[in-house]
Amino acid sequence: MPYTSRMHNSNRSEVVIAVDGLAKEYRVYDKPEGLLASVQGLFHRTSRLVEALRGVSLTVGRGEFVALLGPNGAGKTTFLKLLSGIITPSRGTASVLGHVPWLRADDFRRRFALVMGQRNQLWWDLPAAESFRLHREIYRIEPARFERIRDELVDMLDVRRLMLQPVRELSLGERMKLELVAALLHEPEVLFLDEPTIGLDVVAQHTIHDFLRSVRAHRRVTVVLTTHYMKDVAALCERVVVITHGSIMHDGPLEEIVDRFTTHKVVTLDLDDAAAARRIEGLGFPCETSGPRVTLRIDRRRIADVLPAILAAESVRDVTVEDVPLEEIVAELFRGAAPAAAAGVPT
Amino acid sequence: MRADAAGERGAAGRFFDRVAGGLRVWWTMLAISIEERLVYRGDFVIGTLMRFLPIVTQVFLWTAVFNATSRPDIAGYSRNDIVAYYLLTMVTRAFSSMPGLSGGIARGIRDGSVKKYLVQPVDYVAALLAARVAHKLVYYLVATLPFAGVFYVCRDYFPPAPPVGTIAAYLLSLVLSFLLGFFMEATLGMLGFWFLEVSSIIFAYMLVQYLLSGHMFPIDMLAGIPTGIGGTTVADVVRWLPFEYTAYFPAAVWLGKIRGADLARDLALEAAWVVVMAVACRIAWWRGTRRYSAFGG
Repeated sequence: MPYTSRMHNSNRSEVVIAVDGLAKEYRVYDKPEGLLASVQGLFHRTSRLVEALRGVSLTVGRGEFVALLGPNGAGKTTFLKLLSGIITPSRGTASVLGHVPWLRADDFRRRFALVMGQRNQLWWDLPAAESFRLHREIYRIEPARFERIRDELVDMLDVRRLMLQPVRELSLGERMKLELVAALLHEPEVLFLDEPTIGLDVVAQHTIHDFLRSVRAHRRVTVVLTTHYMKDVAALCERVVVITHGSIMHDGPLEEIVDRFTTHKVVTLDLDDAAAARRIEGLGFPCETSGPRVTLRIDRRRIADVLPAILAAESVRDVTVEDVPLEEIVAELFRGAAPAAAAGVPT
Repeated sequence: MRADAAGERGAAGRFFDRVAGGLRVWWTMLAISIEERLVYRGDFVIGTLMRFLPIVTQVFLWTAVFNATSRPDIAGYSRNDIVAYYLLTMVTRAFSSMPGLSGGIARGIRDGSVKKYLVQPVDYVAALLAARVAHKLVYYLVATLPFAGVFYVCRDYFPPAPPVGTIAAYLLSLVLSFLLGFFMEATLGMLGFWFLEVSSIIFAYMLVQYLLSGHMFPIDMLAGIPTGIGGTTVADVVRWLPFEYTAYFPAAVWLGKIRGADLARDLALEAAWVVVMAVACRIAWWRGTRRYSAFGG
């Protein structure tokens, strides 16, 4: 970890992404249920504005690895689409590598890449090597350089063999690896990843984590990724931006979230017998018991008093004290924001 | 002075580099598209052979028409002319028809795969054109032999081969008909930026184009139908529309129905329509992507 923090600090000054007050509204049409209403809809439609993003501001320095977290529909993908120039904002400004993304200048488009976990950039019926060849031309990569980078990338992901097989014959994980190779051939300075590990098995997820870590270390790529998997975040990103209902709710190191949003520790005790377990249950903390093992949730501020008392009273074979799992913290974080949003939606 | 000269050469050099780069990208897209098309060999062979079926029914129909009348020709077309005409429009259609183009563009807009062309530094219309040229080249590879066979069997229906000048005009009209068909249908597909579903629009277009392109019967036959405005006929109106260039025109050129100044004028008109539709296609792309970006991608 010392390497990461050094990187983080030394590049603070060089801002690669600067976003100020970025907002995006969509007009959606309400379609009431039923045939009659559908016919009426031919003549008259009611629409309303939905705010996908409400004034987001942040800056990202070169070489940073930022995770965007948030529940479905929070505005994460909208944010990535704005940064990669696919959509134009309703309000606000953004600059990526000194360009306004939605002007889609070729000079800008040669310097970043977007990978969407559920979308294919590779030609479906042809081997990925052919798509790579096309990228060489599109991004004007020198042949020698192209070959060197391609070989490096396919070897890192161990997909050299697969790049000669038609893409449609590959598994989801294999395809994702080749998508990443295609996205990195032109050595983008900024990489946007929209749910890159969605639907992948644990082994493939690990491979991709290792790959992205090493890409980052060797190439100083700035990465912004959206994900629902806390494993992605824990493995890759030191900075986490939580977006709920179109606004940034938290922006800071991962540990800060844990600090800020956890009030409890999880204490697991292995006891001698079930009777001891029942006595512990009697203490009144929320707990789960399975045989002689009890898992308690104890207020962080009280742990220093409670735990020694238990250890003194009972014969405890083993004890572990852990933070609440990251998934749970984030779920809590998302839930905490829910009521405010529910109020904003007309029923 | 020297620095200036070098600067100018640099600018010109950069321009040529850009053009050369663009052509290289296009060439690679073409090569890769051809490889992709070759994956579907079986589909192509069947599609090619099926194309000959309608022509057989047309020949039977017109044989019956000529048997029922004592006239030696209809609107200047003898029985032989008619058979030759239909075979020749089949050649034009092999250039100008764009199966799946509009529908494919509209589908890409609806399912979002068009995003790729917003993110990558590559021109969508150029990519479509490369894919379509590849489509056609592979089609000709498969279709040339059966076409040659049919034309050989039907050789007696044709007048003697036209002079070289006419053949050159014919070939030019075919290439232009390819471009015209491409840009018309690509523009149509880009309506998908405004409408969720364009299949009914495509269907209406196909109907109009079938009727007015000369695919159904030679345009000359519309000369007998007055529009009711100043003594003009439907044929006079249709002549100014782009449709006839996608079937009738090249066939009529080969058969010698259009010559001299008329030929030059019509070729110029065809070229003008290509330019108009290419510009329309470009505008549709610009405005469409702007709308797409504003409404959510």
